[in-house]
Amino acid sequence: MLAFTLRRLLAAIPTLFLVVLGAFLLVRAAPGGPFDEERVLPAELEANLLAAYHLDEPLPTQFLRYVGGVLTGDFGPSYGYRDYTVGQLIAQAFPLSLMIGGLAMLLALALGISAGAVAALRPNTALDRGVMALSMTGISIPVFVIAPLLVLAFGVSLDWLPVGWSGSGGISRLVLPVVALALPQVAHIARLTRAGLIEVLESDYIRTARAQGLPTSTLLLVHAARPALVPVLSYLGPAIAGILTGSVVIEQVFGIPGLGQFFVNGALNRDYTLVLGIVVFYATLIVLLNLAVDILYATLDPRIRLT
Amino acid sequence: MSLLEVDALTVRYGADAVVDDLSFALEPGEALGLVGESGSGKSQTALAVMGLLPATAAVGGSIRFAGTDLRGLGRKAMNRLRSVSLAIVFQDPSLALNPYLTIGRQLTAILHAHDLARGPDALARAEAALADVGLPDPRRQLAAYPHELSGGMRQRVMIAAALLGKPDLLIADEPTTALDVTVQAQILELLDRLRDHTSLLLITHDLGVIAGHCERMLVMESGRLVESGSTATVFRAPEHAATQALIGAATDLAVDSPPAGDSDFLMSADALSVGYPAGRSQRLAAVRELSLALRRGETLAVVGESGSGKTSVARALCGLVAPAGGSVVFAGKRLGATLAERDLGLKRRIQLVFQDPAGSLSPGMKVAEIVAEPLRVHEPGLAREEVRRRVEAALADVGLGPEYLGRYPHELSGGQAQRTAIARALVLRPELLVCDEAVAALDGSVRARLLARLKAVQANTGLGILFIAHDLAVVRQIAHRVAVMYLGRIVEAGETDAVFGNPRHPYTRALIDAVPVPDPLRPAGRNSLSGEIPSPLAPPSGCAFHPRCRWSEPRCVAGRPALERIGGEPRRVACWRAEDPELVTTPG
Repeated sequence: MLAFTLRRLLAAIPTLFLVVLGAFLLVRAAPGGPFDEERVLPAELEANLLAAYHLDEPLPTQFLRYVGGVLTGDFGPSYGYRDYTVGQLIAQAFPLSLMIGGLAMLLALALGISAGAVAALRPNTALDRGVMALSMTGISIPVFVIAPLLVLAFGVSLDWLPVGWSGSGGISRLVLPVVALALPQVAHIARLTRAGLIEVLESDYIRTARAQGLPTSTLLLVHAARPALVPVLSYLGPAIAGILTGSVVIEQVFGIPGLGQFFVNGALNRDYTLVLGIVVFYATLIVLLNLAVDILYATLDPRIRLT
Repeated sequence: MSLLEVDALTVRYGADAVVDDLSFALEPGEALGLVGESGSGKSQTALAVMGLLPATAAVGGSIRFAGTDLRGLGRKAMNRLRSVSLAIVFQDPSLALNPYLTIGRQLTAILHAHDLARGPDALARAEAALADVGLPDPRRQLAAYPHELSGGMRQRVMIAAALLGKPDLLIADEPTTALDVTVQAQILELLDRLRDHTSLLLITHDLGVIAGHCERMLVMESGRLVESGSTATVFRAPEHAATQALIGAATDLAVDSPPAGDSDFLMSADALSVGYPAGRSQRLAAVRELSLALRRGETLAVVGESGSGKTSVARALCGLVAPAGGSVVFAGKRLGATLAERDLGLKRRIQLVFQDPAGSLSPGMKVAEIVAEPLRVHEPGLAREEVRRRVEAALADVGLGPEYLGRYPHELSGGQAQRTAIARALVLRPELLVCDEAVAALDGSVRARLLARLKAVQANTGLGILFIAHDLAVVRQIAHRVAVMYLGRIVEAGETDAVFGNPRHPYTRALIDAVPVPDPLRPAGRNSLSGEIPSPLAPPSGCAFHPRCRWSEPRCVAGRPALERIGGEPRRVACWRAEDPELVTTPG
């Protein structure tokens, strides 16, 4: 297990390097620069600014300087938020994003697994068809459509919940963003759970368990639960990535000062270091979470040995 | 009162009656055999008794157990009877055990569900049950997962699970079909020993299994009961054609004489070794310096238990795995180690048929496309009409008419699917056909017809057949010569009649003794072989068979006897005592 973890972490280094390189080139390929404003700066002033941030050096040198900084844990200063380093901005914004994303993930798992299981236990009934039709809708509608619709319905028309982040609201202001973020994942997880459970319930070993006279609760919780959840587990990697990208949209829609909003603003302002920093941070996070999923996979299925 | 009374049982799926007006009774303490080919309705009968038929089945008639009408019971009441009064052992233990749970968890779940024991008591009872079925080190096995056990051990666990609640009736549905012949004998012996007070309904397509273990038997065909009576009577004077066919399939052991002494070999392997990486630094030697040769028009069978290395031989010859050493010569030319090193023309001359027909046919292609595919690869210029003619001819060779051309694999029975796979191999008119357990999944009479077809093709075309099998009855039907493998080496090889009629290696002898004989007057499946094949990772010293050999002596542990010709006979044997009269004459 330890050797497996170390090997996977080593294998992640080239992945992350490619991510940094790709993001670096893309950011630089975008027209404009971090200090472009409507009023053109005097040439001397602009040269001083560029020199201060080493932006006058050749691109490869800048890249190496950046990678060197990342390796020592220094993401550099933000160009847009002049008094902050990128590290400080991430540390400040990430907890909020983590809370919303984590809650969305938990909600998606709880709702998705229960809905899928209910559908699987009564396959091809009206209940099953209803659950599946709803989840197909959830998959088909993108987050940036769902979120405003939810706001319109529950925030504006019914006026049950706050429509944005600012102002008072406490916990209630979390509800709409978390639900909007979770809905597409609920749909995926429900479909996977249903398919997994139906297949397991038709397997020979469940027939054996039925022949042994086990009650339905034992059948489901002891015999069927683990194998039925394997497909859901393997979807967790993509689900995490989906929630991360979804959060960029959701934070924008609801005006939540999380990492996603900093990312969008950074991209608009050509805040090179901020955009790169968030990309590297999220890429590392996804690599680590996928590793955790793989380890979980091996604990769920005894036939898988991590080597 | 009978223990089990089935009266006018009918099971229908749509318009098809898979069980049709079946009536029989089973008395307390009795062992009743239920035989028939697959599709005859015997497993559906078992599922009906257990209340396990799917909701799509329409059931008629009555099933009474000790006077209680099982069909009238609700789910909870039926659950209370299961394990405690009625239990079942299914065919394939690798599918019937939950791969995600330890053996202990699966056994204690039964005890919990029926309030038979809890906590440490339950574990102790589970351990005792494992000890009863002869599982070594039962305490450790409680923590093991099914994939860590061999097939025979898994079936023992299934039997332990079935007997855990001390049922009055045990239904065993093809309990040994998925197992090696030596393990089969052990499992049948176990069933006999354990059922002191338990009645047995033994379901099988293999009459040899019934003969030694059941006093009375029923024969089913197409859902109907066609014959019943005492086993001895039915065997002596079978009345119905289906019974005669089943008995015929089990006893027809005639072999044609091999082709006349043609000395040039179609294919020969010399000192072939195959190994696989196993873990960090270990290597599993599956085949060790094995030599064999095959003439045109000849069928050579390679037999042995699972783990003997016979499939690895087939894979190496076909280039599916690179040998670790040795060489293979085909039609006078040395073959490349892997498929990548063999040119297309050569690949076409050697074709392969696998064990599992369903798994080796693409589910999205029709039979016509499946059989035509090799032609598209090897003869791309062929006209559409000619392709169709060749495909139909190949299908006709295996006894499938043109009405099958448009079917998909899931619309075929197991036998039809395997015949399609063989047609796909034959359509290229190969010179060598390698069959890896190609008929193992088929019923006796289906198998016999398919083997007859293969023999006919061979007689017409001079096809050489390398036949990998664990079923000695099949080998006797088709092979001119046979090589017996044990732990990667040939221990005895020669003409089939000589080897089977008068085995000289103790392992060959044990294999033959373990075959259930379809004769109720002879004790079936004598088990002269204990234990299972050792791990090829740690083969025993000297003669690898010595730990299981009843004639073992110090020189067997110290040194390995070479495979040598004995006394002018058409065979070679690797045993120090091959010519010892005691070994030859003493019954196993």
